[in-house]
Amino acid sequence: MGINYIYPEFEVVRNDARCIRCRVCERQCSNQVHQYDKDLDLMISDESKCVNCKRCVSLCPTRALKVVKSDCLLRENANWSNDNINEVYKQAGSGGVLLSSMGNPKPFPVYWDKILINASQVTNPSIDPLREPMETKVFLGKKGSDIKHDENGKLITKLPPQLELSMPVMFSAMSYGSISYNAHESLARAATALGICYNTGEGGLHEDFYCYGPNTVVQVASGRFGVFKDYLEAGAAVEIKIGQGAKPGIGGHLPGTKIVGDISRTRMIPEGSDAISPAPHHDIYSIEDLRQLVFSLKEATEYKKPVIVKVAAVHNIAAIASGIARSGADIIAIDGYRGGTGAAPTRIRDNVGIPIELALASVDKRLRDEGIRNDVSLVVGGSIRSSSDVVKAIALGADACYIATAALLALGCHLCRTCHTGLCNWGIATQKPELVKRLNPDIGSERLINLMNAWRHEIKELMGGMGINSIEALRGNRLMLRGVGLNEKELEILGISHAGE
Amino acid sequence: MRQLEGQIRIPSGCAISAVISRDGRRMTGEKIIESLKPMHDRSNGLGGGFAGYGIYPRYKDYYALHIFYNDDLCRTECESYLRTNFVIVQAEIIPVRKMPAITNEPLIYRYFAQPLPSMLMTWQLDEDDFVARAVMEINTHLEGSYVFSSGKNMGVFKAVGFPEDVGVYYKLDEYEAYSWTAHGRYPTNTPGWWGGAHPFSLLNYSIVHNGEISSYDANRRFIEMFGYKCTLQTDTEVIAYITDFLLRRQKLTLEETASTIAAPFWSTIERRPPEEREKLTYLRTIYSNLLITGPFSIIVGFEGGLMALNDRLKLRSMVVAEKDDKVLIASEEAAIRAMEPDAAHVYAPAGGEPVIVKVKDGAY
Ligand code: SF4
Ligand code: SF4
Repeated sequence: MGINYIYPEFEVVRNDARCIRCRVCERQCSNQVHQYDKDLDLMISDESKCVNCKRCVSLCPTRALKVVKSDCLLRENANWSNDNINEVYKQAGSGGVLLSSMGNPKPFPVYWDKILINASQVTNPSIDPLREPMETKVFLGKKGSDIKHDENGKLITKLPPQLELSMPVMFSAMSYGSISYNAHESLARAATALGICYNTGEGGLHEDFYCYGPNTVVQVASGRFGVFKDYLEAGAAVEIKIGQGAKPGIGGHLPGTKIVGDISRTRMIPEGSDAISPAPHHDIYSIEDLRQLVFSLKEATEYKKPVIVKVAAVHNIAAIASGIARSGADIIAIDGYRGGTGAAPTRIRDNVGIPIELALASVDKRLRDEGIRNDVSLVVGGSIRSSSDVVKAIALGADACYIATAALLALGCHLCRTCHTGLCNWGIATQKPELVKRLNPDIGSERLINLMNAWRHEIKELMGGMGINSIEALRGNRLMLRGVGLNEKELEILGISHAGE
Repeated sequence: MRQLEGQIRIPSGCAISAVISRDGRRMTGEKIIESLKPMHDRSNGLGGGFAGYGIYPRYKDYYALHIFYNDDLCRTECESYLRTNFVIVQAEIIPVRKMPAITNEPLIYRYFAQPLPSMLMTWQLDEDDFVARAVMEINTHLEGSYVFSSGKNMGVFKAVGFPEDVGVYYKLDEYEAYSWTAHGRYPTNTPGWWGGAHPFSLLNYSIVHNGEISSYDANRRFIEMFGYKCTLQTDTEVIAYITDFLLRRQKLTLEETASTIAAPFWSTIERRPPEEREKLTYLRTIYSNLLITGPFSIIVGFEGGLMALNDRLKLRSMVVAEKDDKVLIASEEAAIRAMEPDAAHVYAPAGGEPVIVKVKDGAY
């Protein structure tokens, strides 16, 4: 049985009457879909290679192109979907684990879309953000709850280190290696201009980017790539990455072919060697080990920087978070199962972990039940798509949100979900110089700044509507939320009432 | 079945007023009742109440517990709880004037009591903590019993009705206090339950409040981490607990408490001198969830003084005036004029600026 043919998923439709044979599509497509046939004076396409990233469609000067979903499907079957069947074919052919990228695309419920936000009417006034101050500044870090006075009765005003953000959003971890130099530069410059932070991911910090240190979260992951004293000292905060929403429980693998030049230097591993991040940290087999790593990082940074512990949202997340809070961490970052990734085994991405909305609600509640919510800040990620998702997350109990996919979209990503091929036509998830240069960091950072400014305006509008003029009065304010179409159990976990109640 | 206060959250508008003598001179409740008459339209007959300080000189060392009971069965149950935890030196029905305007009365009792020393030992709590705990216990676990006043030498009197009637009903003309606060309520629903009226009080702190705070659930969920239970779902209740937490448990000053719950904007903080800036930043950061937003004007009563405070945008009216040794505070100037027609120095304090009035030391 050698026949292993899967009909292409997409169809490239070219309006020949419009095509001027400029061959832009041919030059732009790193997947080599388009080709010019000289003899026939015709553009032809090999659709089997198309990933539907829309690069050619966007650049075709005469709008001659469109890429549509192919209708050549297998016989319809509600149980055996086309995807299920094709994946079996692929694995029967290759014997390998299926790989995918970006977040879980399956039709699981998106709780953000089933939560509605309140507004003031009559009994209290809404506040106009154009006329009145509206504050979005947040401080992340351990606060504690008991105030101390010195022997003269004066307040002791010393707080553990805090991460100050002008708005409750940060760019989440994406390593140099998984994304390009230009993408990193765009993120770093935007974070600095905005007064927020971006995150190095587990690939180390490129020497050119140390100047953005005050707006950088440096990550320490299981492979410890690029970690040394200067690196830890460069950042505004240190993040220990235990897990990631797209692939809880497994490590990472950047193939040796991508470990070239700068990347090898930044990761501090030889060129051409695979960068393998083990699934667990081999010095953390239990919660007490985590405490030791937290404190060794604090020692190394002289207790001047908050330590973040990032975990994937898994079934027992409330207990895990409570353990992390007691391990000395200043901030807990939780990544939901819809979080993006540069590459993950498909089965894991699509089947492991839980939604961030539920994880956040139960962690926030648990920490309050235990009376330790003020000992730690909560940052959530794993598909925060808009300013209203941010507002809902804050009202459920988060201190801030991590965004990554939304930031990449601002940089031009078209969510084709093939980052793992390294052929990103938009210059983001690639290391090929000719592709990387397609992303101009001047434009990239400006677009990120625009996006965040737009969100900030919208957050203020939503807050003003609720009669709230400071983001801290929104945090954990679940009375401002109502559910629609959720069952009793879901409402109970989210800790909100149903609309109409 | 219609839900009672506590099972649902009922927004309210309101009238507040207060009078205090800095010399500690006692005043009967007549004047404060007068103050509410011109503000009649700020209430809708669904709640009114008063707090008086210095009213129980004879029992000033005892906690005065004012309790509503649904019936005698509840009373028996609660009294047996009280007897196992307190020495009660006096138990009585709070005297009232029956009137057609006030109906549906619960049983209203008052007890002068001290915690049993053996109980303090067992729980390893100081007196105030013990009493606060007992109040939470009764209000959350003994159905049909509700402690609405628990301070020393002070008392809260409240009911469903117009406040001017409530004052007459409780015979406030027969009590003398160096400081009075009062409240008329305009709830949007019919709470039908006396416990929901204001002031709201815990130990010596009492709160009257006008407004609907938009930060309610953020404040509630934070303060509940520290052993408080918000059973009424009202703003006033949560503000009372915050006040108790900051003033009594964290030992903040009144000014510091005001800068926590009505914290200045960051832009204002940045312009302050370094030492003050550091303190304001500290308070706003450590207790960021105790920032109260949305409209409010509150008067906090405590032993020997009052503090009036507006939200930082001043979204609710509140004026202050003086007359001799007295300071008068109310939602409207008309209310002040009703108490003292020629009161002077009438002014409206700025949003977030606390007005703190204290009785001379030793005069209360
Ligand atoms: S980019 Fe458009 S016009 Fe140019 S060759 Fe391709 S299809 Fe034709
Ligand atoms: S980053 Fe590039 S490869 Fe990855 S999904 Fe976006 S467009 Fe596709």
